[in-house]
Amino acid sequence: MNHTPLVAVAGNPNAGKSALFNALTGARQKVGNYPGVTVERHAGRMTLADGRPIELVDLPGAYSLDPSSLDEKVTRDVLLGNQAGERRPDAILIVVDAANLDNHLRFALQLIALGLPVVIALNMVDLAERDGLTLDPAVIERELGVPVVATVAVRRRGLEDLRARIGEAASRAAEAPGAHQVEHDIVALQRRARQIATAATLSETATRRWTHRIDSVVLHPVAGMAIFTALMLVMFQAVFTWSTIPADAIEAGIGALGDIVGGALPDGLIRSAIVDGVIAGVGSVVVFLPQILILFTFILILEATGYMVRAAFLMDRLMASVGLSGRAFIPLLSSFACAVPGIMATRTISDEKERLATILIAPLMTCSARLPVYTVIIAAFIPNTAILPGLGLQGLVMFGLYVAGIIGALIAALVLRRTVAKGASSGFMMEMPKYQWPRLGDVLLGLWQRAMIFLKRAGTIILVTTIILWALLTFPRAPEGQSQIEQSIAGRIGAGIEVLVAPIGFNRDISLALLPAMAAREVAVSSIATVYAIDDSESGAGETALRDNLRTRWSLPTALAFLMWFVFAPQCISTIAITRRETNGWKWPAFMVGYLFALAYIAAGITYWSAVAIGL
Amino acid sequence: MATVPDITVPLRLLDLPRNLPARVAEVDWALLSPPEARRLRELGLDEGVEVALTRGPGMLGGPVACRIGRMTVALRRHVAGAIRVEQGG
Ligand SMILES: Nc1nc2c(ncn2[C@@H]2O[C@H](COP(=O)(O)OP(=O)(O)OP(=O)(O)O)[C@@H](O)[C@H]2O)c(=O)[nH]1
Ligand SMILES: [Mg+2]
Repeated sequence: MNHTPLVAVAGNPNAGKSALFNALTGARQKVGNYPGVTVERHAGRMTLADGRPIELVDLPGAYSLDPSSLDEKVTRDVLLGNQAGERRPDAILIVVDAANLDNHLRFALQLIALGLPVVIALNMVDLAERDGLTLDPAVIERELGVPVVATVAVRRRGLEDLRARIGEAASRAAEAPGAHQVEHDIVALQRRARQIATAATLSETATRRWTHRIDSVVLHPVAGMAIFTALMLVMFQAVFTWSTIPADAIEAGIGALGDIVGGALPDGLIRSAIVDGVIAGVGSVVVFLPQILILFTFILILEATGYMVRAAFLMDRLMASVGLSGRAFIPLLSSFACAVPGIMATRTISDEKERLATILIAPLMTCSARLPVYTVIIAAFIPNTAILPGLGLQGLVMFGLYVAGIIGALIAALVLRRTVAKGASSGFMMEMPKYQWPRLGDVLLGLWQRAMIFLKRAGTIILVTTIILWALLTFPRAPEGQSQIEQSIAGRIGAGIEVLVAPIGFNRDISLALLPAMAAREVAVSSIATVYAIDDSESGAGETALRDNLRTRWSLPTALAFLMWFVFAPQCISTIAITRRETNGWKWPAFMVGYLFALAYIAAGITYWSAVAIGL
Repeated sequence: MATVPDITVPLRLLDLPRNLPARVAEVDWALLSPPEARRLRELGLDEGVEVALTRGPGMLGGPVACRIGRMTVALRRHVAGAIRVEQGG
């Protein structure tokens, strides 16, 4: 044999394919309790007991081989060998949810009919038991004529047996006829699947009442909405209050580091580069690690419990009124973390125009990179008065900024769906996953991955941009008695930008920060920190110094206008790049950047002028 | 249970009392667009299947949540209106 056997992992959405793929290969693909988590193929390698390697490829979930969205198309193309540049799999590992057998077996039957060797993982048998369902894998095996292994992916149960069966299937690949035939009669397949499921069910009690009880509250038009709003409020308040202690500790560490390095190095350019550039700049962003992790804790828990689709359900009515559907709400909610995976997740939206509109509004959902910007400004200008027990003015303003982004997104969608992304709605039809407790290990792993991504950003893109900005602010050297900032290259570029943004209340510092902040939004904070560190070498590096400088140098209307700018402005190269990739060209990213900058300018302007008018 | 209403004539799933199990009598596929019809079949909806309404559309006409077999599914209102159910389950 001259190549490693290729085995595709396929099945219905949310069957646990990625969890099983991770358990078999040691990979860390994203797992979540809602359909449509995986939207691309991912390859990984597993080793059989005898040491032979197998290449596994995790696929997006699908209901059949007739795709209704881009992610399902990937699944079909890989399985039929139509994917450009990919060889056809030698065998298929079909993952089925034991607690939802009649539905999952239907797709399994369609896959078996392709003629490739298959193994069925009867996954989630723990949930089936919880549901009062006892199944006999041997019956399924006999009815289907293929090996069936009971597994619990998340507890690594049944893996050894499964590995052995995969090995056998892979070696059978050579003898397989290879001809493929797609059976399109869904109804016939479904009836057959139901027969098998009934035959394999040894005993069954009525489905649990408590899931329905939870659903009847959580999906209630009034109570459910209240719960959803409360959840969001708690999330934003937590981002503020829970982060104080760890953030203070990090800040103290950065301040101490600045003092030590500053004291150890002789006064000069090197010291300025390290203390004013690296430590003040990058340090001002790293302080936000705790906040970002708190936000992610909430998002990861929402994703793991199964609440995500319930939220989509609640939002469907509102989304429909702007020409979208609850389906689009899931990528948008993911965009609270970061617009890049959010935009990728739009692949699950079947209607092309609806997907385009969702991509174009995704950057309006406040991503975690905006947290540092919002927090610095809010902490400097908004007093932390208590409004309600557990809810302060700062948390409320933060919530308001998120809401502003959401309202902006809804209005933008409304306009886009009547103009450039015109079309009928594709409707809303979605499976709601069973509720599950979030697994601590999964949440911790997710947080760890997120922390690494954030620190890597700080150590690369943010560090580099900050050093470049430091250099541009430091050279050429100003003659004695003149402002270094104004004489520098960056200062001159900034002065040019200031002409454009002065009407909306932006000052020199903001003008200097806008361009570097295109690399990443957090750079706005590190840039301003660097400007002040150079301008005012007396004050230390650190959050407090930055806050004091902001308070004395900015007016409240300017600060508010700056916040509004960041609600709308597409200050993120990664978002522009992923939009180009997902829309196959420069047209839509160019459009997105244009309309968002225009909105940002108008919104910041209106904020500034109104704030000045009412005498703030 | 005395409060259980008697469903002798086919009723729309949309009008079914909450959490009352019923069986699909027929589906008016003509009321659905072809992609909708296909997805509905893929979610396991077929004549004879046991269904129940978990959450109705509310006053604003939002989506409905219903059970199809062992699965809970969100549907738009007009889809639930195309499904006729009868007593059983
Ligand atoms: N209790 C239990 N939960 C499981 C098991 N396998 C997976 N899960 C959970 O089920 C959910 C779905 O798992 P995924 O691996 O993301 O499912 P998937 O099939 O890859 O889903 P898509 O990528 O959306 O098609 C996650 O919340 C997992 O933690 C299992 O055997 N038992
Ligand atoms: Mg997956």
